[in-house]
Amino acid sequence: PLGVPPLRPYRRERSLALRSSSSALYNNLAVLCPPARRPAFGGGLGGLQQEGFGAPAPGGSCGVLPVPPAPAPLRPSQAAWCELPSRVLLVLTSQRGVQMYESDGSTMVFWHALHVPEHPAAHPVFARGIAAAGGRFICVGTSSGAVLVFDIPPKGTNVTLSEILEQHRDPITDIAAEQGQALDGAGDLVTADDSGTLCLWSTGEEFTLLGKIPGSGCTCSSVRLWNGIVAAGYGNGQIRLWEAGSGRIRAQVSAHARWIYALDLAPLTGKLLSGAEDSFVHVWQLSKDPDTDGIEIQHCHAECVTDTQVCGARFCDPAGDTFAVTGYDLSEIICY
Amino acid sequence: MSTRTLPLLFLNLGGEMLYILDQRLRAQSIPGEKARKDEWTDVDRKRVMNDIISAMFKKNFMEELFKPQDLYSKKALRTVYDRLAHTSIMRLNQASMDKLYDLMTMAFKYQVLLCPRPRDILLVTFNHLDAIKDFISDSPGILNQVDETFRQLIETYNCLSDGEFQLIRQTLLIFFQDMHIRVSIFLKDKVQNSNGRFVLPISGPVPWGTEVPGLIRIFNHKGVEVKRAEFTTAGNYVTPQREGSFELYGDRVLKLGTNMYSVTRPVETHVSGSSKNLASQAKENIVPNPLAKEELNFLARLLGGLDIQKPAGGETGFRLNLFTTDEEEEHAAQTRPEELSYKVINIEATQEPGRRAELSRILGELEVAEPRPGSAEKGEDLLALMDGL
Repeated sequence: PLGVPPLRPYRRERSLALRSSSSALYNNLAVLCPPARRPAFGGGLGGLQQEGFGAPAPGGSCGVLPVPPAPAPLRPSQAAWCELPSRVLLVLTSQRGVQMYESDGSTMVFWHALHVPEHPAAHPVFARGIAAAGGRFICVGTSSGAVLVFDIPPKGTNVTLSEILEQHRDPITDIAAEQGQALDGAGDLVTADDSGTLCLWSTGEEFTLLGKIPGSGCTCSSVRLWNGIVAAGYGNGQIRLWEAGSGRIRAQVSAHARWIYALDLAPLTGKLLSGAEDSFVHVWQLSKDPDTDGIEIQHCHAECVTDTQVCGARFCDPAGDTFAVTGYDLSEIICY
Repeated sequence: MSTRTLPLLFLNLGGEMLYILDQRLRAQSIPGEKARKDEWTDVDRKRVMNDIISAMFKKNFMEELFKPQDLYSKKALRTVYDRLAHTSIMRLNQASMDKLYDLMTMAFKYQVLLCPRPRDILLVTFNHLDAIKDFISDSPGILNQVDETFRQLIETYNCLSDGEFQLIRQTLLIFFQDMHIRVSIFLKDKVQNSNGRFVLPISGPVPWGTEVPGLIRIFNHKGVEVKRAEFTTAGNYVTPQREGSFELYGDRVLKLGTNMYSVTRPVETHVSGSSKNLASQAKENIVPNPLAKEELNFLARLLGGLDIQKPAGGETGFRLNLFTTDEEEEHAAQTRPEELSYKVINIEATQEPGRRAELSRILGELEVAEPRPGSAEKGEDLLALMDGL
């Protein structure tokens, strides 16, 4: 039976002040939830030299961990904490390339420069889409459609570019690794691009393409993978659930009135969070019936962040009992 | 970020500037026979509009603009509009120019933010161009120039994907980030809150291509729909009637980018923001930051092609006031918060071939090394040189 856990209403709690406001970029909020410690947040903050990351200090006040200031093209446009078994790295992408830091932003571990043409070309160059995969790799997408696979040593700075995956023809928007149990042949990594094309991969020494879900021209801006279900958010406000193994569509939700900017998934419960330009954040419940192979999605909760175009939304705990949201021009992270 | 953003930014800001100037000129104009020597007439107004529009759509100017490039700073862009506004007999004091630029930027920020689809920014641009064509409808030569640009826009942008348009929109939003200047007409129409942030409605038509939120469709493993469910939210959306036209002529449907000023609605701004926002803007302006080398190059190329009209003989030109009285303008100049000053660079790049060659030579001489921290001094030297031209 498709059991749905009792719905517990969310309520708005504290906000963390940011030193500068958030930019309108996809998936613009990263949360690190170390067990038994309070979460830390990071995002692509706009306009100025210094980027900052909020970490709630004891007593609930917000501290900011500054990332060293950098000139314009190096300004991070996206940030994500990549949790690997041996270490956690903070990865930042920008117009020039990829930077990796120790998780508190203190030391730079690695820097990969993208090839930038002499004169600005019609096609922009940037890196976008970050995910840890296969317990050993960090994957970063690029505007050419290529996905860079970095092999991360358990400690130290000897990061190497192990592979470049070239299956996408449009700029990468998001990358996600399996957060639950991968099914046979379903892959443990999904990559998404501007045209809505999704690629499913099996990670390892060499990554293997297991399947491709062709896009229909509508950008997939955010993607998650859980127990063989791909949850994808699109520019037309839809959320679609795909079966990773077969590539078949299993659910279609007219979720938002505007472009979806962020999706997140709570692996312990299968809760899905979506945030969009329409000011809304929705919490959904995914469920899978092992007997019938039925996949379902139900609406749990809606929050309207008044007069804000949401650009980042993340659960702050693996069960999805709390989540955080930020929006364009907002100098705070709102916690629910 | 996108390298195709500048033409859209420039044309839309330019369009807003023309709306405001037209409104102010009409408000301050006197019928021809009654006008004194220093008062505006309808003929003067038309001349100013023609001069500025002609300069904006000049072929070399547009060619430079349409080259793929990154967006320049607010400071660099402001310099271009300063020069544009002065391509005719009209003169604006610093305070009026500041106010003009505030209005232009907040208006376009609003339009970008509220565009239903990223692609609709093109419709907004077309709305501005349609109106510009109306301003110079009896000047076939200039009309031709505008149509040329229209065609170039269609050629460059109509084929871009939604994803590329979203990138353009994101680039524009970064440019406008942290700007919360309050505009009276927006406050009155309740499209802006008293804290300077725009009201984002959660009702009305959804973008073309988007469905009204609420439907959940479930499919089985054979792809057959087996269940439908609905959910409700506070939003109150409806399906849109039709899509706007992306052709040279057509009904754009979208109202964003059309002229919201009329003679009866005075154009005012309140120049202030909450202290939090001022803090972030302060950082950008107070730290000495001469224009980057690329920006200077761009400006030299762009402005070199601008036809600057010096007032004939001993005329000092007609002064246009964006405020209701001279005293108000003076007061605004004195009380403008330091953090919101645009610190405009006075670059006297003129049309005279000799001067232009001089400018190119100076820039050429500086094109020796890659910018380093120490090159900040070189930037300042160049500015000093240019001020002296």
